[in-house]
Amino acid sequence: MTEASIALPPQTPFSQRIKKSLFATPLDCLLTLICAFFFTYIIYLFVDWAFLSSIWRADDEPLCKEAGGACWSVIDARHRIIFFGLFPFEEHWRSTLACAVMIVTFIASCVPWFWTTMKLSALWIAGFATFYILMHGGLFGLSVITPERWGGLALTLFIFAAVSIIGMPLSIVLALGRRSKLPVIAKMFGLFIDFFRSLPLLTILFTAAVITPFVLPGWLQGDKLYRVIVGFAIFFAAYQAENIRAGLQAIPSGQDEAGLTLGLNYMQRVTRIQLPQAFRNSLPAVVNQFVITFKETSIVTIVGFFEILASGSAAFGTGQWTVHYIEVYVFIGAIYFVFVFSLSRYGAYLERKLRVGHG
Amino acid sequence: MGSVLGNQKTREIVFQAVVLSVVAALLIGMVMNTRASLEAQSLTTGFGFLERSTGWDFSFSVLPYSISDSYSKTILIGFLNTLLLGFLGISLATIIGVIIGLVRTSKNALFSMLGTVYVEIFRNVPLILQAIFWYSIVTQLPRPKSALSLGDSVFLSGRGLYFPVLNIAMWSVALMILLIIAWLFFLPWLRHKMNHSSSFFLIKRIGWILLPLILVLIGYLARTPDTPLLNMPALKGLNFKGGMRMPPELSALVIAIALYGGAYIGEVVRAGLMSVPKGQIEAGFVNGLKPLHIFSRIRLPLAIRAVLPSLTNQYVQLMKATTIGIVVGFSDLFMIISTSINQSGQTLELLAILMGGFLVINLSIAFVMNSINKKIAIKGYEVKS
Repeated sequence: MTEASIALPPQTPFSQRIKKSLFATPLDCLLTLICAFFFTYIIYLFVDWAFLSSIWRADDEPLCKEAGGACWSVIDARHRIIFFGLFPFEEHWRSTLACAVMIVTFIASCVPWFWTTMKLSALWIAGFATFYILMHGGLFGLSVITPERWGGLALTLFIFAAVSIIGMPLSIVLALGRRSKLPVIAKMFGLFIDFFRSLPLLTILFTAAVITPFVLPGWLQGDKLYRVIVGFAIFFAAYQAENIRAGLQAIPSGQDEAGLTLGLNYMQRVTRIQLPQAFRNSLPAVVNQFVITFKETSIVTIVGFFEILASGSAAFGTGQWTVHYIEVYVFIGAIYFVFVFSLSRYGAYLERKLRVGHG
Repeated sequence: MGSVLGNQKTREIVFQAVVLSVVAALLIGMVMNTRASLEAQSLTTGFGFLERSTGWDFSFSVLPYSISDSYSKTILIGFLNTLLLGFLGISLATIIGVIIGLVRTSKNALFSMLGTVYVEIFRNVPLILQAIFWYSIVTQLPRPKSALSLGDSVFLSGRGLYFPVLNIAMWSVALMILLIIAWLFFLPWLRHKMNHSSSFFLIKRIGWILLPLILVLIGYLARTPDTPLLNMPALKGLNFKGGMRMPPELSALVIAIALYGGAYIGEVVRAGLMSVPKGQIEAGFVNGLKPLHIFSRIRLPLAIRAVLPSLTNQYVQLMKATTIGIVVGFSDLFMIISTSINQSGQTLELLAILMGGFLVINLSIAFVMNSINKKIAIKGYEVKS
């Protein structure tokens, strides 16, 4: 690196940058003004609806019509159904704690310090086991609550976490299988991946829920929830495998050859040379797949599970609450938004960071 | 060394043979098990049920139908409904996407922020939630009696959107569509054949003039006798009669897919516009092109080439996403198949049809887009995507 490239480029002053990006030409000024007006108006409308003219307490529901804004009373009154579904009322603290554990696990796995196979597996197994024990019970004096009664946010997080835990290792196997030098293996894995990628997720979930009982012997069937999760995980893995394969293909062949000359065997080359670099290459795409998967967990509603979307629809299904569907949908939308937006921002942050690394 | 290599090869072949036989054994086991469980429930297999009449009703059809129609016709209707939903949703999503892509690449920071906010809102909320949301909005529109109307010919109410249609037979519409498609495929072939000679342009011009005339002629011949040219919707009693109805299920799904898909396609378009090398644009400036021409002659053509592969991907994804139509009760292929499964019990056959249907749709999209991609590729110039 030469001296010249170390010196920072001259900084343009803030006022000039503003002028360039907002008021470069008369037309630009007009556009900026229109946009500013539009933004202000939309924000005003939203703030007025959501905060200024809204009603917050459940008992004040009769006042909603007059106030004209959002009627958050429905959330105040029915939030337990939205968050917990059919989970027994007095055990709601378990569901809350389980969700908290899962969210902490998600956040922790975004910290680079955890990014070794050992630490990451330990973190997820611990997080997932804690979640499962809290939800299912049967240990430490907790009463048993079977998965049929799980619901709301906890079920959404459970499906997402279970799909990730089964799907990630599977995707690595699929990606490596497709790149195998043995033609039969490569063809077979390729066919498997392409088959699952060509189908809508819903058909796979539907097959898992309805058809598998015909195809598999009784002792292999398990609960409907687990069958759907396995089907979802295979679908996830088929997509993720292609992301990882793209990462594998981007590694210069010299890397693997260097490993060969050092006398490393296949496993060593895969775990020490190929996979670390493949993940580094494909991390943004991998995170993006998680983002998509989180949104797609909502599809399990259709095959009859009571996750947050379905429990939300149940929340305004009765009595005086039926008119307040918009508030409930906005609330659920906001919950999804928080998860999905933070995950996708994290993906974008990783992409920037990695790009800097490559120069 | 030779013997080691030979050894290795033998080992590889043996290994592959073992894996292959294990997979085959698993598949055979699954088939045997399926047979056994079907026999245990005394279910018959085979596609004979397709000729039986269904006996149940569904919400929407592009073709006239009755509940005594056969399963095969009902499934065809489901397939056409899915195609219609996909076509409407994807077309609108593309229009929105192009607009959003342009807005996001604008030099004006506030204006481009408008696009960013749009993308972040619609991309980060599940499509299925958006579909349910729009469905509840659309069904809460006023009753037919107090419907919103546009010049007394287009009506928007909680029962759906009503608009006038031509009183012509269904087959002629199909014929017209086929003619247009045939013409669009014929043109490039002819251009290639006649090697851009001046007589090609003459044929092209005559064709473009003749085509609408032929279409009008077909429409005239296929008119339903003794009816006015336009079939206008009108309020009769509690509901509208006549015209064409777009049910709220379809509208809600089209809106949801268009807005959601528009956010994704917008990102694809933005990436395409940004992938055009700066040198190309600067070269345009140097040659004295106007900004508009730099956009229409340099940026846009290069961007289209860069985005086609990812656009194909988005189209296939959106097409697959149409299956969520079942949450609002739109009778698309998936809903028809799942109702058929409940009613007839022919689970495996119907599922095979469903998967086959989506395979056909997705492969067709990929085929068309890849053909376009190949057609417009510039030789020796690869845009990085």
